[in-house]
Amino acid sequence: MTANTLEENQTEQESSIEEGSSLWHDAWCRLQKNKLAVAGLMVLSFMIIIALLTPWIAPYSYETQNLALLATPPSYEHWFGTDVYGRDLLTRIMYGGRISLMVGFLATAVALSIGVLWGTVAGYIGGKVDAVMMRTVDILYALPFMIFIILLMVVFGRSVILLFLAIGAVEWLTMARIVRGQVLTIRKLEFVEAAVSMGLSRWQIITRHLIPNILGPIIIYTSLTIPSVMLLEAFLSFLGLGIQPPMSSWGSLINDGVQDMEEHPWLLIFPGIALSVTLFSLNFVGDGLRDALDPKTSKD
Amino acid sequence: MTPVKPLLEVSNLKVYFHTRNGVVRAVNGISYSINPGETLGIVGESGSGKSVSCYSLLNLIPSPPGKLESGTAILSVNNSESIDLLSCTKKELQKISGNRVSMIFQDPMTCLNPYLRVGNQLTESLLLHKNVSKNEAKLKAISALEEVGIQDAEQRVNQYPHEFSGGMRQRVMIAMALITEPELLIADEPTTALDVTIQAQILELIKKLQKQRGMAVIFITHDLGVIAGIADHVMVMYAGQIVEQSSTTQIYNNPQHPYTKALMDSNPGTHESGETLYTISGLPPDMSKQIIGCAFAPRCEYSSSRCFQTDTEIKEVGQHHQSSCLLVQEKKILQTVISSEAT
Repeated sequence: MTANTLEENQTEQESSIEEGSSLWHDAWCRLQKNKLAVAGLMVLSFMIIIALLTPWIAPYSYETQNLALLATPPSYEHWFGTDVYGRDLLTRIMYGGRISLMVGFLATAVALSIGVLWGTVAGYIGGKVDAVMMRTVDILYALPFMIFIILLMVVFGRSVILLFLAIGAVEWLTMARIVRGQVLTIRKLEFVEAAVSMGLSRWQIITRHLIPNILGPIIIYTSLTIPSVMLLEAFLSFLGLGIQPPMSSWGSLINDGVQDMEEHPWLLIFPGIALSVTLFSLNFVGDGLRDALDPKTSKD
Repeated sequence: MTPVKPLLEVSNLKVYFHTRNGVVRAVNGISYSINPGETLGIVGESGSGKSVSCYSLLNLIPSPPGKLESGTAILSVNNSESIDLLSCTKKELQKISGNRVSMIFQDPMTCLNPYLRVGNQLTESLLLHKNVSKNEAKLKAISALEEVGIQDAEQRVNQYPHEFSGGMRQRVMIAMALITEPELLIADEPTTALDVTIQAQILELIKKLQKQRGMAVIFITHDLGVIAGIADHVMVMYAGQIVEQSSTTQIYNNPQHPYTKALMDSNPGTHESGETLYTISGLPPDMSKQIIGCAFAPRCEYSSSRCFQTDTEIKEVGQHHQSSCLLVQEKKILQTVISSEAT
């Protein structure tokens, strides 16, 4: 076994010597070796493709009720059964996936970009700038989240775009704190000093030296943020602040399913499976990405 | 003989750290100059301000708490123009650092970005300061690596820092600092973290490259042996001040400050085996307190009551030989000591 890994190491080193490839290319090669991550990536792509194609491939309409088939268990015509209003569950899960994935990814993207930028700038510049920026984060943290969202909804009306803006605006706070903490630990390292001594500007140091070095924690946290955002959306939908019926999201489907889970368990089981499979694969992909993006792991 | 115009002239440099426990006078009014092509060695124990005095030149002092209190550092650009590193704008300084003045750091393990390929780090300053294409920069990086003695440079430029050993990384650092062909290299204890054989190789390398390019080097170390091998001039620092300054041979053969002498005496190499090693008793002074009189007086075997009261000032005590010791300036000590030992 050791001989095997040695050999593997050797080929890996040789390949890294021969190719003048980028960090991302290397990371991709390493990611491909991680079977769980590849499986996760495949499941995730499958979910995304289905979500993109839903309007054309969905077997039924998500709002049409068939009053003859109220809450029927899975059958040949309705693979996942129908809900209490006689709507096809498979169709509703497919449409729900569109919303959930979109909210999950876009809200996380909003959180990611604000949080990373805020955190690195605060952590790297330090001093008063840091104090002001982080106190701002503290104040926003202290605001009750629900009141914030309700206010947004009242002022701007309900829309999906507003929903992920609102969620993103709340989630970036934690991201900013994590990133700042990471930056604080590496800003005093000598390669940052060396970069200053080479005449790089602050912006170049942040983008070339600081952010690549904290990609690991950022990616892990992102892979945790997407699921929590999806759950947050479900929670908001449940309160009537998010997705409005007859539109569905996985969160709202699960909430509906919970209410009737003793009589019609499939209404909970199928959306539940869809959500948890997606979250699982997201976690595996995040884990794999973290390992792949760390050049130091190629040694072991 | 026309006097050479110094490449860098530092005068009255003061860097204080404003900490919670008071003001730490890390560098307290030092002046020195370095000519093109020359090597200046700065020696001193930990905390004597030798690193801070050089970091402040490129604005690398963390601020706050560090603050430049006063001083100028005139870097001559051509024969006619010059620029003050300490008062110029950030933009001007960014143009100079990494380009005309480069730095090598102490710890090769942490001074390379682990997420960047060595080639990319090497070319960073080149692309920033010189007008070259990416391909030219890469070729230059390869030749720079060959120059510092790294084999298979063509393959090595595509590797990450963790694939290099400590000595190799220090070589990479040197290549990185020299790739833009600076006129002044500041080397902050570049060999401290390396083992002795690698140390010798790195020193040889720096010496060789310096000769080839005619650049000036400021070499910071606490290792007297290293200094003896590399420097033309030596500056001995204690508690943020220069206590003695002269040519290397002068300092070694004829130290004109009790501290320098004590440092030499505590070098294990100068002792017979089995002999008890000479040590300087006491501790360096607490720099957050105002020092009255000579900073070394409490540990000095020659000190008189006057040493504790009169503030010292660095003065000529011989040809191109300066010392801050009151007693030496009055020719009361060391002259006799040395001559009696010599006879």
